[in-house]
Amino acid sequence: MELHELTAHELGELLKNKKVSAVELTKTVLDRIEKVDSKVGSYITVCEDEALKRAKDVQEKIDKGETKSPLAGIPMALKDNMCTEGIKTTCASKMLNNFVPPYNATVAKKLYDQDTILLGKLNMDEFAMGGSNENSYFKQTKNPWDLERVPGGSSGGSAAAVASNEAIFTLGSDTGGSIRQPASFCGVVGIKPTYGAVSRFGLVAFASSLDQIGPLTKDVTDCALVLNAITGHDPMDSTSINIEYPDYTKALVNDVKGMKIGIPKEYIGEGINPEVKKSILDAIEVLRKLGAECEEFSLPITEYAIPAYYLIACAEASSNLARYDGVKYGYRAEKYTDLLDLYKQTRSEGFGDEVKRRIMLGTYALSSGYYDAYYKKALQVRTLISKGFNEAFSKYDLIVGPTAPTTAFKIGEKANDPLEMYLGDIYTVSVNIAGLPGLVVPCGLDSSNLPVGLQLIGKHFDESTLLRVGYTFEQNTEFHKNKAKI
Amino acid sequence: MEYEIVIGLEVHSELSTKSKIYCTCTTEFGGEVNTHCCPICTGMPGVLPVLNEKVVEYAVKAGLATNCTIAEYSKQDRKNYFYPDLPKAYQTSQYDLPICKNGYIDIEVNGETKRIGLTRIHIEEDAGKLMHDEWDTGSLVDYNRCGVPLIEIVSEPDIRSAEEAKVFLENLKAILQYIDVSDCKMQEGSLRADVNLSVRPKGQKEFGTRTEMKNLNSFRGIIRAIEAETKRQIDEIESGGVIVQETRRWDDNKGISYAMRSKEEAHDYRYFPEPDLVPIVLDKEWIEKIRESLPELPEARKKRYVSEYGLPEYDAGILTSSKALSDFFEDAVSKSSNAKAVSNWIMGDLMRLLKEKNMEAEEIPFSGEYLAKMVALIDKGTISGAIAKKVFDKMFNTGKDPEVIVKEEGLEVVSDEGALVAVVTKILENNPQSVADYKSGKEKAFGFLVGQAMKETKGKASPQIINKILKEELDKM
Ligand SMILES: [Zn+2]
Repeated sequence: MELHELTAHELGELLKNKKVSAVELTKTVLDRIEKVDSKVGSYITVCEDEALKRAKDVQEKIDKGETKSPLAGIPMALKDNMCTEGIKTTCASKMLNNFVPPYNATVAKKLYDQDTILLGKLNMDEFAMGGSNENSYFKQTKNPWDLERVPGGSSGGSAAAVASNEAIFTLGSDTGGSIRQPASFCGVVGIKPTYGAVSRFGLVAFASSLDQIGPLTKDVTDCALVLNAITGHDPMDSTSINIEYPDYTKALVNDVKGMKIGIPKEYIGEGINPEVKKSILDAIEVLRKLGAECEEFSLPITEYAIPAYYLIACAEASSNLARYDGVKYGYRAEKYTDLLDLYKQTRSEGFGDEVKRRIMLGTYALSSGYYDAYYKKALQVRTLISKGFNEAFSKYDLIVGPTAPTTAFKIGEKANDPLEMYLGDIYTVSVNIAGLPGLVVPCGLDSSNLPVGLQLIGKHFDESTLLRVGYTFEQNTEFHKNKAKI
Repeated sequence: MEYEIVIGLEVHSELSTKSKIYCTCTTEFGGEVNTHCCPICTGMPGVLPVLNEKVVEYAVKAGLATNCTIAEYSKQDRKNYFYPDLPKAYQTSQYDLPICKNGYIDIEVNGETKRIGLTRIHIEEDAGKLMHDEWDTGSLVDYNRCGVPLIEIVSEPDIRSAEEAKVFLENLKAILQYIDVSDCKMQEGSLRADVNLSVRPKGQKEFGTRTEMKNLNSFRGIIRAIEAETKRQIDEIESGGVIVQETRRWDDNKGISYAMRSKEEAHDYRYFPEPDLVPIVLDKEWIEKIRESLPELPEARKKRYVSEYGLPEYDAGILTSSKALSDFFEDAVSKSSNAKAVSNWIMGDLMRLLKEKNMEAEEIPFSGEYLAKMVALIDKGTISGAIAKKVFDKMFNTGKDPEVIVKEEGLEVVSDEGALVAVVTKILENNPQSVADYKSGKEKAFGFLVGQAMKETKGKASPQIINKILKEELDKM
């Protein structure tokens, strides 16, 4: 095995025992990027010099015994919607093509504090809007399992980078499935933590009440390690919750005996690809055999989750993205006649189609006369969805189901049908609407040799249960050992 | 036909917190352009607001001081519109659940007390400032004021005249200054008002169509705008026209208002709950603590001045109209046994000098203690009333202790009778005609002679003693 193929916890041991240096490891991963990224296209920005310099500094700390971080010296990368001081943060948009933030996102700061090495910034759907990375202004990230297919999105670069060993782990953001769906498509582990568990400060907002940052990793153990590094209360984010966060590695226990698992009927009924369904049911069977009590139940109003999600997310986005007006930073149209025209031209030229579509949808939903029929209704649905989950969690320790109705689809296949693209979010959006944690672990391959991801949904702030079940599943199956051949 | 004016005011007042509402930037006025700002108040990508707790405290104080109900649960909302002075393209404000509601302020006009209802008080952030003038090719933006906390105080349409509006604003300003939540400096824009105005035939129950005049920032401007808009609306109706519901911009230089282009005012603000902030949940006990911490308010002070010091209502009203003036009075009175005299000096000479020098009560150059000392000097007979006026002027101009002034300039009353007899004798010698007039029964001549004697002593003589000696000397003649 080559260094870049190892997990963070394996590399951590090697680094600690001086079997490998941070510089050597960083160089290896940079070489790997050099070798495969022209095919995969995970990165928007690679910061080679900074990464090597940092690796040198971190190695000195390791040598002097000045770091206790289990992630010290691990090369990682961030989705390009997380602000990095002095490093371009584009959101894969022409609008922020030239934007260099003068501040770090809290997650970037936390990972620096853990002595990790930032390799660069990852491709995504523009402003995190999309499920295929087809909405990036810069390029199409490809699925390392099949370069003709999408990696999923919006954190497509984050998932593809891990799957192609172009980073040991990455961070993505998840507003309606944007970590979990690409994790599923690329055969990696990904978690969307509970809303409020990870600071959003410095995450360029798409939909503030739904956005959450989380790790994409090679296995569940790495997922726990990275969660340990990035969760926690942040006084800079009013929606960050101030509680005692557990040591997630303590949850890595190979035992699910007696655990009560609910499977929403609506998630394995109509609309799901039969091969995906089979993988999911097989995975549930594995858990049952390991002693978990699994039963189907009905999660009501699942069919309203997508419209409610798109109304809320677009409404918030229409306001969050209004600041990109050509006045202060980012793109400004070259030709305009007056102020209004400056806004019009800048925003027409600076945003891509999907972003514009969602801004218009959101603006409409908030307009006087329509607010009650759309936005307010969506908030009511939100309350009902949360209620449905609460009831389920009075019976079950966690909920298990598919992540997406299909495996990775062909590039261009859905590009002209936004509605079909939106329907692909059916199993993920409710989790954001209710603010719950959702973990995805690989659970099989379909007949085209494409990965399927099992989604585990937990109670608020109960990431530990998800990690425990995910870890147990991993320890008793070989699916996580399937790797993209690139 | 006789018309009735119906006015509602929306007053924006800048809170005097040290830092801005959602970041730690200073709120200090002035400063080089774009130096009092940061990524948060300039709305850079990815930043988040954190509510300054002082803003909540100040708003609650304002609510309690104006008899509002304080909401134990309120929230903040986004008001969306594009303008270069608004870097996020939305103003964070409060929409349907404001922090304070249902209050009132009592005003007194023409000797009658009237209650003006307050619909609500809510918190919001100020915008930056566009600078159009210096540049032909474009405008520049200064974000220093961006994110300075404001409260918006919305009155019920209970105001019926320009005078009522003026008194309402004066009272409101005094209250906000007393509770120390705003300095209300109009020239720095820390108090501004929008005026909603309609007219209706006297006796009619329904309101007429109203217009809104925006951003008036002087009391004088508000009064003038109200008068002009009242006249405009009545003229319009009298000439058979109808009032259009619209926003108008007041031009204080020309004394007229213009309808804003409908494009400018046709805003759909698309309010929705601010998802980056959590609801404001207040504890009953905390609210009560704030209530207990409130200082004495102008109305209560005014009543106390009348009952405790026997001041005329009018004087008590003037003294309490400004916190600085009232605090000055309090300071002086606490060191004096003659509240009446202290009040008279403030109402008379002090107000005159402030007006002459175009100064505010905040800028009085000497302490209340000095005024108390000066009053004591008069009461003890150390100086005469006439001399006191000079001492007062000197004190105002130099800020010196009145006792020092009196000593340095030798202004004590001369009460040495021997010396004064000499003065009187000299006056009588020099004015034989007046002496003759007095002797022939012209009482007026006596007053002239007293005046001459006072002049001779440069006002330092005790008038009583001069009177006495003069009588004696004349009787001898
Ligand atoms: Zn600031």
